Amino acid sequence: MSANAGPASSGFAMPRPGPGSAGANGATGPGDPEDTGTATPEPLSADDTVELGEEQQAQRLSRMLDEFDGEFVGLAPVKARVREIAALLLIDRLRQRYGLTSSRPSLHMCFTGSPGTGKTTVAMHMGEMLRELGYLRKGQLVSVTRDDLVGQYVGHTAPKTKEVLKRAMGGVLLIDEAYYLYRPENERDYGQEAIEILLQFMEAHREDLVVILAGYADRMDVFFRSNPGMASRVAHHIDFPDFTLDELMQIAGLMLDREQYQLSGPAREAFMEYVGLRMTQPRFANARSIRNAIDRMRLRQARRLVAAGGTIGRSSLMEISEADVRASRVFGDPPAPGDAPPPDADSHQ
Amino acid sequence: MRITQGTFSYLPDLSDDEVAAQIQYAIDQGWSIAVEFTDDPHPRNFLWDMWGLPMFDIADAAAGLHEVRACRDAYPERYIRVNAYDASLGRQTTALSFIVNRPSREPGFRLDRQEGSDRQIRYSLQAYAAQRPAGERYGRNETPNGAGHPGPASG
Repeated sequence: MSANAGPASSGFAMPRPGPGSAGANGATGPGDPEDTGTATPEPLSADDTVELGEEQQAQRLSRMLDEFDGEFVGLAPVKARVREIAALLLIDRLRQRYGLTSSRPSLHMCFTGSPGTGKTTVAMHMGEMLRELGYLRKGQLVSVTRDDLVGQYVGHTAPKTKEVLKRAMGGVLLIDEAYYLYRPENERDYGQEAIEILLQFMEAHREDLVVILAGYADRMDVFFRSNPGMASRVAHHIDFPDFTLDELMQIAGLMLDREQYQLSGPAREAFMEYVGLRMTQPRFANARSIRNAIDRMRLRQARRLVAAGGTIGRSSLMEISEADVRASRVFGDPPAPGDAPPPDADSHQ
Repeated sequence: MRITQGTFSYLPDLSDDEVAAQIQYAIDQGWSIAVEFTDDPHPRNFLWDMWGLPMFDIADAAAGLHEVRACRDAYPERYIRVNAYDASLGRQTTALSFIVNRPSREPGFRLDRQEGSDRQIRYSLQAYAAQRPAGERYGRNETPNGAGHPGPASG
């Protein structure tokens, strides 16, 4: 214990219960369940002040948030909410050091948005970030869907769900398309049992586990309406907006960089046109569609290079030409029956 | 008589935090965690009842501690231990095993001597508790249906 807990506790004096030191000492007692051990914050007295910037630096918070912002294109509401949560956790830590009450905030979240808007990726980062903040011990992501939780016969569901929950403890449990858990048309469906166990765990193990539910907004609404207990236990509802054309082009740029490909000038324009057309077509899955489109362009580039034969250099291996982009069926103006959307566009339903 | 067996047997009983720290150590070593219980305190009784299946792919000690607590709730008056199994080739054995729960009253053992021929004496240990039927040995304040697994009904 440091000497700044009050005038009574200088030297080897016993910490005495009293108005001066009781609050400050109570913050980090030896049996304090909130003391996760990642950082050892020393208690502060009422007169001490803390530089917020330094504190953020110490928690590696600002670096993490910047990384988060840099890595994701668009998603403004998501970033704003993540910053809010991070700020809350920071302030809570400080309050704890002053001996103020800081109940552990409920961190269960709900991510809604169209496919390919980055829900899973953000969930993965969320786990890492909460670990850095000291709110999760491991921060691993366990991603499950209905069939990982719900059993096939009576008595199968509870052990199955608990198994998954135990695996996710210390980290993040992402339940993709969570509304499938609840099937109102079948009252004997075992999904309800899984939801009940989930609720019980979410309440009892709030400090061990963060549950993130993900899915389309409208169907999640229905799910929450029929499971009010779930709605009230999920504190953060974050909506992932669809990407704009510019953002999609930015994402494509990042993906091409990572795979070490380049678009030639006309190819870039053609690709922009392609994305614009693809966005209007059914089953457009945002960033996932972009990734698929890039994969198909790579196929066409490879076919073109092999067909051409002859000598080949580094630059031609990297370059995707306009023809590679234009060959897409998205450009075919009179779409043949059963041809649009392209059957290989997205596997996502 | 306080029964000692397994790792840490000469230390005072571990607190939950200490149990969690040991479980976390075992997980970090890549060992799987199993919870077992018994009401037969004989030192040579090493086959205890399993509390559910061993936990192979947990990342955090909270999951192990959760099962320890669940087992304690169901069987507060029995011996409960945590086993950590090292499955790596060349070892394949229990790497760590320690008691995490014990009955509130442990009556101990009676030593029986059996006279054989030529003044030979054979010794045997009889646990006083084991003279009663299984399931009733250490008080009755637990679930009536004796040895069992954490089924769906037991929550």
